[in-house]
Amino acid sequence: MHTSSDVVARLCGVVKRYGGVTALDGVDLVLQRGELLAVLGPNGAGKTTSIGLLLGLMRPDAGRVELFGMDPQQIDARRRIGVMLQSAMLPPTLRVGELLRLVSSYYPHPRALDESAALAGIADLLQRPYGKLSGGQQRRVQFALALCGRPELLFLDEPTVGMDIDARRKLWNAMRTLVAEGCSVVLTTHYLEEAEALAQRVVVMAKGRVLSEGSVDALRAHVPLSRIRCVTDLDVAAVSAWPQVASAEREGARLRISTNEPENVLRRLLDADLALSELEVQRAGLAEAFTELTREETAEQEAA
Amino acid sequence: MNSVSIPATPIASSVSAMSTRRVIGAYLAEARSECLRYMRAPGFMLPIILFPTMFYLLFGVIMNGSAGADTLRYLLVSYGVFGVMSPGLFGFGVSLALERDGGLLTYKRALPMPPGAYLLGKMLMAMVAAAVVILLLLAIGLTLGHVTLSLPQVALMLLTGILGVLPFCALGMLVGTFIKGQGAPGMLNLVYLPMSFLSGLWVPLGMLPKAVQQIAPVWPPYHLHQLGLAALGLEHGSVMMHFAMLLGFAGVFLFIAARRLRRYG
Repeated sequence: MHTSSDVVARLCGVVKRYGGVTALDGVDLVLQRGELLAVLGPNGAGKTTSIGLLLGLMRPDAGRVELFGMDPQQIDARRRIGVMLQSAMLPPTLRVGELLRLVSSYYPHPRALDESAALAGIADLLQRPYGKLSGGQQRRVQFALALCGRPELLFLDEPTVGMDIDARRKLWNAMRTLVAEGCSVVLTTHYLEEAEALAQRVVVMAKGRVLSEGSVDALRAHVPLSRIRCVTDLDVAAVSAWPQVASAEREGARLRISTNEPENVLRRLLDADLALSELEVQRAGLAEAFTELTREETAEQEAA
Repeated sequence: MNSVSIPATPIASSVSAMSTRRVIGAYLAEARSECLRYMRAPGFMLPIILFPTMFYLLFGVIMNGSAGADTLRYLLVSYGVFGVMSPGLFGFGVSLALERDGGLLTYKRALPMPPGAYLLGKMLMAMVAAAVVILLLLAIGLTLGHVTLSLPQVALMLLTGILGVLPFCALGMLVGTFIKGQGAPGMLNLVYLPMSFLSGLWVPLGMLPKAVQQIAPVWPPYHLHQLGLAALGLEHGSVMMHFAMLLGFAGVFLFIAARRLRRYG
């Protein structure tokens, strides 16, 4: 059961137009305390507009936007959030420590400087001018600025763009630490593995509407297929005709089979070819589910 | 399941309440970083400081050195006004245009920065830069130019410079709301240089055509020039009228700029 006090942010039937273009077309979104919500969608889906509305950067044309039960344009609501935007050119001549002190000064109970720096892994950068940092380092500094105010809700818009794998893993760990402290996170990302690794709930948007909402597993269940790959000389046409096989195709020496009952198909496959080798079975990932969802949407639109 | 209900509202209000001391601290931190970042940017500070001081040295001390103390005193005001305009126009206009383009303004609006801290910080930065320019010009005039000024005159000149930058901050802000990014410096020079000339900062108005003299009062620098001359005892016109005109200009520019910022961001 969720009482209203568990809700930290809410979009309610929100419509937002830019001139003749409808960026958001009746979006409902509820964010609970302590959850990490990933918002996925192709470019132009309305992710950034949704975040902009929740940050009070613009007003909706219809519907309601709430941040901690208040209007996001109220400063008291924004004192409880941290923000990392996709593109913000921070003053290049200021040192990292100075930036951190500046942003901390906006909050009532900020973290100690060293604590913020350690959480974001930038303790060694504090004396460096921001403009002299690499792209990945700048992103880490922006992350430190987002968490320095001890926020109850963190907005991260494509946080790991431009980071190497190591830095990305560190950021993921920092996000997990924050969520463990009870902080809610709204994360938009293009990297589906990021959503898969972190999110408790995933919202898929396209063309200004929410297409699907649920746990990572529930989203995966949209595509109930598994993929089997193996080296075999079985006939493709024959395998395609087996029950439970959705499709089969040949890639050189390999056969690729899609099925919703991999156990049964495997049994028959192994019986049929004793020489079968290099067997791989893979469940459809978020990527497939996402492609499937957004493709359906495009197909519908084209049909309409 | 969740039988324990937590009273959310009282906690919430205490969490986000900010003590007055911390709010003032935020304003100070904003102003401090705004000053620091520009003082460290030679591309911004050097032209602002060098142009008026070089012009005064060259066209004042060197070329008109024999013309007498009153000429150098007059030129001190002219180049002072010229020097005060640029931190206002460029400090506000260029930075606003770049920061609207680069997303810094959006970022700051999303943060719980206290209202107005952004503009106040820039204003303070422009006032500090204006003070530096006036002090340098005074130093040149008093030493190399052998201009004699009383202490109250020096203080009045400094005050005129520091407050006189404000209408140009408002004008810079207005231009900054019309232009995004790299186009701003060029556009601002198109405002800055002709306006300086037409207000009689380079060539005394008396030597310019009658038409130019007649329309001079529509330019803000003309009024600041008159105030500066009055501060150094060279003009005894209606100080209040010039002051009111500058206040009016600043008010109108600020009003339009603030409206545009709120509408278009």
